[in-house]
Amino acid sequence: MNRFIAFVKKEFLHIFRDYRTMLILFIMPIVQILIFGFAITTEIKDASIAILDKSKDEVTRELTQKMLSSGYFKNDAYLTNESQIEPAFNDQRVKMVVVFEPEFSQNLQKTGTAHVQLVCDASDPNLARMLSQFADGIFTSYTTSSSVSMGIQPEVRMFYNEALEGVYMSIPGIMAMILMLVSAMMTSISITREKEFGSMEVLLISPLKPLQIILGKVTPYVLMALINAVSILALGYWVFGVPVKGSIVLLLIECLLFTILALSLGILISTVAKNQMVAMFMSMFALMLPVILLSGFIFPVENMPLPLRILSNIIPPKWFIIIVKTIMLKGGGLSYVWKETLILIGFVVLFVTLSVKKFKIRLQ
Amino acid sequence: MIEFKNIHKSFEDVHAVDGVSLNIEEGELFGFIGPDGAGKTTLFRMLNSLLIPDEGEISLFGLDPVKEYKKVRQIIGYMPGKFSLYYDLSIEENLQFFATVFGTTIEANYHLIEDIYKQIEPFKNRPAGKLSGGMKQKLALSCALIHKPRLLLLDEPTTGVDAVSRREFWEMLQKLKEKGITIVVSTPYMDEAGLCDRVALMQNGKIHAVAPPSEIVAQFSDPLYSIKVENNYKSLQALRQWEHCENVYPFGETLHYLDKRNDVDGKDIEAYLSSQQLVFDHVELIQPDIEDCFIALTHKVG
Repeated sequence: MNRFIAFVKKEFLHIFRDYRTMLILFIMPIVQILIFGFAITTEIKDASIAILDKSKDEVTRELTQKMLSSGYFKNDAYLTNESQIEPAFNDQRVKMVVVFEPEFSQNLQKTGTAHVQLVCDASDPNLARMLSQFADGIFTSYTTSSSVSMGIQPEVRMFYNEALEGVYMSIPGIMAMILMLVSAMMTSISITREKEFGSMEVLLISPLKPLQIILGKVTPYVLMALINAVSILALGYWVFGVPVKGSIVLLLIECLLFTILALSLGILISTVAKNQMVAMFMSMFALMLPVILLSGFIFPVENMPLPLRILSNIIPPKWFIIIVKTIMLKGGGLSYVWKETLILIGFVVLFVTLSVKKFKIRLQ
Repeated sequence: MIEFKNIHKSFEDVHAVDGVSLNIEEGELFGFIGPDGAGKTTLFRMLNSLLIPDEGEISLFGLDPVKEYKKVRQIIGYMPGKFSLYYDLSIEENLQFFATVFGTTIEANYHLIEDIYKQIEPFKNRPAGKLSGGMKQKLALSCALIHKPRLLLLDEPTTGVDAVSRREFWEMLQKLKEKGITIVVSTPYMDEAGLCDRVALMQNGKIHAVAPPSEIVAQFSDPLYSIKVENNYKSLQALRQWEHCENVYPFGETLHYLDKRNDVDGKDIEAYLSSQQLVFDHVELIQPDIEDCFIALTHKVG
């Protein structure tokens, strides 16, 4: 046990004495979450819209007025028919077109519902979603404030990117990415560093057991990764107002599980890689790129071609992101995520078995 | 006693160790002498259980490094060729770490490393990466010794170390030997061979001779001439083409020359050099040293 503690202590010293490691461990997650977070929650101000009012009655005029005076929207053009919508988008000026159906106010009075269509330029999906939500909000507040007890039903249609899934709320994705980076890349690099400097040779002939070496290597990084997970959640909560609706304990346990998974991957990489450079590139290409591209973090899995959709199933972060989204945003408990959790556990078992098998007590 | 019996080890297409058999007595200071790539490191790694021989058996004080590697690893103090301590840890932290890992404390075995460690102790808070070559080597030796090993296995400990530190290092080894520790050391420097009790001359994975250094030199019976000339390269070419030449090679600033005839005289060589219009300072008969023996041995084989 003394041996193990001495080993862990040594690992901590390595981490604290290397400013680059410290930078990756503590500064990078914060910078990343701030960049990603702010890139998504851009304030909307004076977005150009066009109005296609087929009714031209007092209600539509009032609604138009409300929208334009909100400060979010600025009127660019009054359209007269639908064929003008597409050219308006193509001019790059207009981001959203509001279409009121004919006889809007009569419909509202007679049947209790009236239709307004919001056509958005979803080539910038974040903006499109936000514009439609703001407009939606204005209509809702109109119905509740006015004497009309009936509802206006805005019908939102996203142009160019119908699904719009997965872009919103990047916190789970960032969490997956950072935990992966900290755990897998840092451990694989730190193990291969021992190989490169020849100290592995001395560790191997010492009475340390392979398991002690591996555990000693990963323990500090488990701790670091958990600190990171908590700070990401805190930043998400305090800076961006992303709530944790579900159990925070369950969320942290899932984070721990994912960290262990990433660590076992890191060990696996280190058993294959001969030096730090190779380990870093393997972590980058084998882990980071799939995490970013295939996990649904940036590009929605649903929109991918079938082969990539199948491939995404063997990308562990995909499952982790689903779990985090369910717990954080939907407030789901273990009963909602047990399947994904089991899949993660399966990955852990697979990688640990592989890396323990591949870890050699001798040199090649 | 350490026994090697007909050891073979290959890496892909390289036959790194090719049929090595020899014995090392307990308490001996034994040296493996040979150029880079002779197979010394591979042989060491088989002895300390890091590699498994393709063929043959090793017995280390009665233990088999293949089957009883755990026991073997406990009685060996190993210093790999590359400096293999932690650059970002201080002298003291490195030593403390290896002491703990090997299940001992610095205090318990301080008497063993005292002579060596005392010299670097004033810098004990300095990171190991910022030490000079000689200090790194002393630290590495301290770390290898801290668990009181029965066998000290040093793989090219003096490579990249200045001459003064090298001499100091060998003095330390002599003292350790007096404490009863068996020391096996490898080196590419021929001058260090004379400091061992016995040496094995090794090249291309084969052992050419095993004997005390003095005996190896004594076995060298042929007359050896040192020739100082003005143009080393031209003279070398000319002597190589001479029908009586057994071997000629540059040795420092001079050429060393061996003749096929046993009764050759310095005057004959001078005459030949003059006939080739080569300017020379002197030709003299000299006593061979271990390097000459090594070259002679490998020349006969090659």
